[in-house]
Amino acid sequence: MNFMRYFTSQKKGSAKVAKERLQIIVAHERTQRDGPEYLPMLREELLEVVRKYVQVDQEAIRMELEREGDYEVLELNIMLPESPARHQARAR
Amino acid sequence: MARIIVVTSGKGGVGKTTTSAAVATGLAMAGHKTAVIDFDVGLRNLDLIMGCERRVVYDFVNVISGEANLNQALIKDKRVDNLCILPASQTRDKDALTQEGVERVLEELSQDFEYIICDSPAGIERGAMLAAYFADEAIVVANPEVSSVRDSDRVLGILASKTRRAERGDEPVRERLLLARYSPQRVERGEMLSVEDVQEILAVELLGVIPESKAVLQASNAGVPVIMEDSTDAGQAYQDAVARFLGEERPHRFLVEKKGFLGRLFGS
Repeated sequence: MNFMRYFTSQKKGSAKVAKERLQIIVAHERTQRDGPEYLPMLREELLEVVRKYVQVDQEAIRMELEREGDYEVLELNIMLPESPARHQARAR
Repeated sequence: MARIIVVTSGKGGVGKTTTSAAVATGLAMAGHKTAVIDFDVGLRNLDLIMGCERRVVYDFVNVISGEANLNQALIKDKRVDNLCILPASQTRDKDALTQEGVERVLEELSQDFEYIICDSPAGIERGAMLAAYFADEAIVVANPEVSSVRDSDRVLGILASKTRRAERGDEPVRERLLLARYSPQRVERGEMLSVEDVQEILAVELLGVIPESKAVLQASNAGVPVIMEDSTDAGQAYQDAVARFLGEERPHRFLVEKKGFLGRLFGS
């Protein structure tokens, strides 16, 4: 373990880490703020449907609403768990 | 009609009152009749930063409630012509502000002044909402630090949806960012968010960058708006920001580390 390296690398990276964390949280909060009111409900219902087949946790569904010119894109990301659960889901 | 400008941030302690005092003084020095209002009812501080705390007789709440008229409450700045301060009440709570009352005072001020600067309290409660509600323009003050940037984004959302302009469907409030307490050395070392980082996250026009400076505390100790300290970095940065506010194009100084003699010899 090189302590010096531990400290210097943390120092170098901290602004980068701050930026990454901010980009994620700000994007998330903007979606909630600017998005349609039904968005949280849609998210909950989708979560229920997915859970019928695969056991995923609350964090597994990410929804981003992006505006591109005149239209809006709803991006839905579902993180499936590692393989055992997936096999189970397939078996059903 | 006056232009109404809110100085806001969400987070406390980032430099709203310092900025309100500096911008108001700068606009007045440029020859524009300017009034600056402290919206922080219960915790007034603009009077101290402007150096007129001993001259407060009546305040914003007295005017709203009809206990005094505007001319009795306005404090004329002793150093700069064209500049008046309307202090907040120290004894009442924030519920003493009403939307109708604020609107009435702003309308009355609009007849005499070109610019009205509203120094918002921290947070997003009543005082802050009312300071922003009637704004034509906003100066969002942020520090290069995660909680301040996040709160600024929240405030930008409020400016876009909870203001009179938003409610009426008028042209949106013009939003500009003032990044304060900036340390080029720490940015260079990767320890602090850079101005580009903050702009990328907030996606808002940049009005100015104020360097971290001893001059700010010294000016507040003395009750002199820091923009009047011509020879200081922060004073000059505020002067640039006000010039940009008035439409002038000026390069951003103070974004790179000033290297001393040894630094210039050995620095990268």
